[in-house]
Amino acid sequence: MNVTCTECGAEFAIPDDTLVGEIVTCPECGVELEVVNLDPPTVAPAPEVEEDWGE
Amino acid sequence: MRIAVLCSRIRAEEKLLLAELERRGQEYTRIDDRGHVFDMHAYDYPFDVVLERAIQHSRAVYMLKIFEDAGIPTVNSHRVAVTCGDKFLVSQAMIHAGIPTPRCKLAFTPESALEAIEQLGYPVVLKPVVGSWGRMVSKINDRDAAEAILEHRSVLGNYQHSIFYIQEYIDKPGRDIRSFVIGDECIAAIYRTSNHWITNTARGGLATNCPVTPEMADMSLRAAQAVGGGVVAIDILETKDGRMLVNEVNYTMEFRNSIETTGVDIPARIIDHVLAMGRR
Repeated sequence: MNVTCTECGAEFAIPDDTLVGEIVTCPECGVELEVVNLDPPTVAPAPEVEEDWGE
Repeated sequence: MRIAVLCSRIRAEEKLLLAELERRGQEYTRIDDRGHVFDMHAYDYPFDVVLERAIQHSRAVYMLKIFEDAGIPTVNSHRVAVTCGDKFLVSQAMIHAGIPTPRCKLAFTPESALEAIEQLGYPVVLKPVVGSWGRMVSKINDRDAAEAILEHRSVLGNYQHSIFYIQEYIDKPGRDIRSFVIGDECIAAIYRTSNHWITNTARGGLATNCPVTPEMADMSLRAAQAVGGGVVAIDILETKDGRMLVNEVNYTMEFRNSIETTGVDIPARIIDHVLAMGRR
């Protein structure tokens, strides 16, 4: 599956077992992207970490 | 069995847990807190059990309350999430259960916090009561640092930063211990080793296997029980004179670095527990 980086426009492949909600890193510009759809494969800028995030 | 999984961001842990459900042919419904509307009057949720894996503590607490009040077993319980999400409440639980834990003090103004720090004696550790991955955890070595950090905290805006939770600094041997409890069993433990005093693996701490001793298992189970039980990870500090102290208890535990390290299939053990809760 290929996606297009929302930051730099690069097109890159993501693994076939990727799930919606996973974070991928654009190999061109390094930005973190969240997979928001698989049909068609789409990414959006990953949300920033908030104070109450964690385990 | 009808399983709901509360999650938004899919970390390595969520992916492993969902893969384990799929490996067993067990269907599940994902509920993403970012898009879901919760009807607070609803009772008729079509689930036998809810697995909470939200990355955001505040939302996990509310969602667990909704499902628990609707009569659905949840992993973990609302009480566990509330307690473990607040370092003050965890310390209180340890202290009142008689479980060894670092000495702690609480204060609400920079002035009283400075007094508390000097009562404990330098160095001390100042932590936000809500937070993870070692963020904003500060080791304070002297009065100059104390005054600076307390002033910064008091102007940060969020009232939470003016709840000054202060802990004695434990001079640990370059590592701490994380043990994993599921139900009434301590299933595994790792050492988290780092040159930095913050040993969280999210901050670069290296995970290696830690043999679970009977003492460690007993302490871990008691700590888990003190916060309400379930699926939790216990952070244990070792003192130079050989004592173990429970530092924190985590309720949406991360374990990606601990499966191969310990040889224990942690996601499978968690799913076993979830299914057992759903059959109750």
